Formats: sequence, C-alpha cells, structure tokens
Amino acid sequence: MIDAIEKNLLHEVAELDALPVGAYNIRANGKLESRNTTANIDIVTKTDKPGIDIFIKPGTKNESVHIPVIISQTGLTDLVYNDFHIGEGADVTIIAGCGIHNCGGGNAQHDGIHTFFLGKNAKLRYVEKHYGEGDGRGKQIMNPTTIVHLEEGASMEMETTQIAGIDDTIRKTSGDLAEGASLVIREKIMTVGDQHAVTDFVVDLNGEGCSANVISRSVAKDHSVQEFKSYINGNAACAGHSECDAIIMDHAQVIATPGLIANNIDASLIHEAAIGKIAGEQLTKLMTLGLTEQEAEEQIVNGFLK
Amino acid sequence: MLELKHVGYETDDNKEILHDVSLTVNDRFVAITGPNGGGKSTLAKIIAGIYQPTSGQILLDGVDITHMSITERANLGVSYAFQQPVRFKGLRVKDLLSLAAGKDTSVNEACSYLSEVGLCARDYIDREVNASLSGGELKRIEIAMVLARGTKLSIFDEPEAGIDLWSFQNLIRVFEKMYEQTKGNILIISHQERILNIADTIVVIKDGQVARIGSRAELLPALLGSADAANPGCNVLTSKIEGV
Repeated sequence: MIDAIEKNLLHEVAELDALPVGAYNIRANGKLESRNTTANIDIVTKTDKPGIDIFIKPGTKNESVHIPVIISQTGLTDLVYNDFHIGEGADVTIIAGCGIHNCGGGNAQHDGIHTFFLGKNAKLRYVEKHYGEGDGRGKQIMNPTTIVHLEEGASMEMETTQIAGIDDTIRKTSGDLAEGASLVIREKIMTVGDQHAVTDFVVDLNGEGCSANVISRSVAKDHSVQEFKSYINGNAACAGHSECDAIIMDHAQVIATPGLIANNIDASLIHEAAIGKIAGEQLTKLMTLGLTEQEAEEQIVNGFLK
Repeated sequence: MLELKHVGYETDDNKEILHDVSLTVNDRFVAITGPNGGGKSTLAKIIAGIYQPTSGQILLDGVDITHMSITERANLGVSYAFQQPVRFKGLRVKDLLSLAAGKDTSVNEACSYLSEVGLCARDYIDREVNASLSGGELKRIEIAMVLARGTKLSIFDEPEAGIDLWSFQNLIRVFEKMYEQTKGNILIISHQERILNIADTIVVIKDGQVARIGSRAELLPALLGSADAANPGCNVLTSKIEGV
C-alpha cells in the first residue's frame, strides 16, 4: 500500500492524486507497486535486468502512460532500464517522474535509463519531473539517461523539470534522428545549497530535413553548481538550435559549453547561451507594483522556470 | 495630492540634475514638458522612489515619502509607467496585470484593462512579456498595468515614445478616457501637443528647474510657438491623418 509520504511524492512528480486513467506502472522502493495496461499499450517486466518494456501499438492515438518511481527508504539505490517502443503513426504522452523522500543518513539514489524507439511518423510527448525531499543527512541522487531513436518523420517533445531537492544529478540525453524527424527538448533546473547538476546533450542529426531544438532554462542559487553541455552534430541538411539561458544568484557557478559540429554543408546550426543575474530594472518594475525586492525576485525566478 | 518642496538631485559624480524643484500636483491631469535632458525623467523617478533626492522633501497627501522605498510608495498609491518598459522572460501579460492589481485577475478583468489600451485582449493575456512583443505593444501593456493598479497618483514617462503614428492616435484616446474616469492625479511627461492639450496644468522643466508653470490656456499657445513643445514634423503628419 502507498502511504502518505509516497502519495505526496506521486503528487509532486506525476500530479497524481489517484490512480491514473490509461496505462501505468508505479514503482515504489525498487519494486512494482501497481500496473495497468490497455488494449493498445502493453507493459512487460524485463527478465534479464531490472526495468520494463512498454509497447505502444502502431496508430494508437490520444493515450497516455504514467510511469512514476518513488523512493522513501534511505540507503536505497535503484537502477532501472525502461524501453519504450512507440509504433508507427502513434500519438501518445508518457509521463515519467521520480520522487525521493530520504529522511535517513544514507543516500537514496535512482538511476533511470530510458530508451525510446519511435517508429515512422510516431509522435510522442514525454514529460519527466524530478523531485527530492528529506530531512536526513543522506543525499538524494538521480542520474537519468535518456536515449532516443527517431525514425523517418517521427517527432518527440521532451520536457524535463528538476526544481527542488536533488543534491546530485548527471542527466545524459542522446538522440539520433532520421529523415524529417524532429526533437524538441525543454529543460528546467533550479539548484540551491550545495547541489550539483550536470546536463549533457548529444544529438545526431542524420536524416535530411530533420531538426532538433534544445532549450534549457536554469536558476542557480546559493553555492550550487550547474554544468550545461550540448553537442549537436549536423550530418545532413538539417536544422539544429540550442539555447541555454541561466540566472545566476548568490555564489553559484554556471558553466555552459555549447558545441555545434557541422559535417554537412547544408547543416544549419545555431547556439545561444546567456548567463546573468536578474536585471535590476526587472526588480525595480515589480517593486513599483508594490512587491518587495524578495517577492520580485521570486516572481522573476518562478516565471523564468514556468 | 503630491507636493515637491525644494527637491534637488545630484549624481554620484556631483552633477546637478535637478535644482530646487517645488511643485504641487493636485489637478486631475498635470503634464510635464521641456527640452530633452532637462531632468523630467529624473523627477519622475524621484517621485516613484527609484532615485533618492539629495535635498528637499516629497509629500503624498501630507505624508512625507522622501525616504520611503519604491515598494512603500507603491503601496501608498504611486504608480509609474516606465518610458522603456521592461521585458520578462517567462512572465505573461496576465501575470503582470495580476501583480499590478494585487490579486489574481480574472480573464475578464485582464481583458478589460487591455481593451482600455486598445489591445485585443484574448491575443495577449497568455503572451510572455518578452522580446516577441513590439515596442508599441509593450508600452500599452505598461499603461494597462497602471490602470490595473488604480492608485491615487499615476506617473507616465513619455508614453508616446517608441509608438508609431497610428498607435499614437489610439493612445491619445486612452488618455482622454483616463482623464474622464480618474479619481486620482495623473502626472504625465510628454512632448506631444495632443497630450498637453488634455492637461489641466502644464509644467515646463528646463535645465533641472521649473521654468514655467500654469494652466493649459496660459501656457500651451506660447509653448506651441516655441521649440520646447511637440515635434512640428509630427504635428503636420497628425493633422494630415485627421484630414483624410
């Protein structure tokens, strides 16, 4: 049974207050908690390693899959391999999320390795949210790896959010795109205290007319450190764009390392990176509306990460 | 009522921007005009609390606000529309209107403020106040925020700056309507004849001092005859449009 702490984690990472409609797989403290499949979506436990295979039939439309993972035991390291097979022409939403509540002295760690195989013209919206809480000395650690393979004409939108409570994270995302495929990644990160977050994107644009757009917005507070690395390889007539926009506060450190590699004369690649503190005039404007400086700062940060 | 008593302002490197400015704003609509670099915007910022005066006193309804912060003045009833509106990545028009109104504004309320300034509300409420908005759109949103606040003193710093001629016609109507509806005092910095033409009182600031002050009837004819007032080229165009 799911207890109150776990219910709260589910709410934070998947906005779930009851069992979701459609297919789902809820994993709690390293074990399967509950699962539901539908006529078009099958979820099968892997036999060779921890994790699941999710099969979505070709042509499946307007269905969703929830796969939240929650950890409420201290000292637990959870490693899963989840593979998603999205059939040709399907149009679905997958909501993943990991919540850790660690009140003990040991570290709690979740490393999820998610691989997506999108068939021809398949369309996927993938939402991933990471959240940690805990009053113990142990750290909350998450190292998500996402690998995406997009066949001809497939498109994927990925939204990842890590707003609170993760002490250490290395987030790796890699992808390869065939002709006419498109990949959009939106990342939002906020780090506080002594947290450390590394984002590492590598995208291979292999097919003619394919495109990738990587948008990262982050806020680094206190003594936290963020590293953003992004490499877009243009191997065909393609379009790649990456944008890293960071607000730096207090004594934080932000390192942005953009990389564009054009291997084809028709590859069009753009990178934008901006790191800076909150503009004084933004604070002033909101103060003329009656907000204190601190309230103004909160509004600007919240808006930036919304 | 706003009173400025012998207000002076010097920059950190001792450059005097304002010298002994005394002024009472008690009419519905007071326009400040004068040559560029004369200290008009500095005066507006001093009233809003963005700059602290180096001498003199500022009273709002008899309360000394000279040393109050921007936030305190805002909460006492001072609103200030920037000459160059600020952009915010992520904050939407509706968010800013809610912050201005001090409560979560409904779609209908947000729409009514935007309609007042001539924006088709439904197209805008969910737009981010970022670089995707034009200068004219930002100016209107800036004015809508002041309307949403509905405070006793509203300061507008050159609302016509950066607005194209077509939008300007609508903007004048916004201020004409504001004049009819306001229950407070409007203080507007402008070079435009048609804005000065709505004012009850006109104040000319020149070289950091009040050069002249008087009713519209007293001052406007003389100003129009001098180079201090509206850009004559713009007047000619405006009258041509009206004649079409």
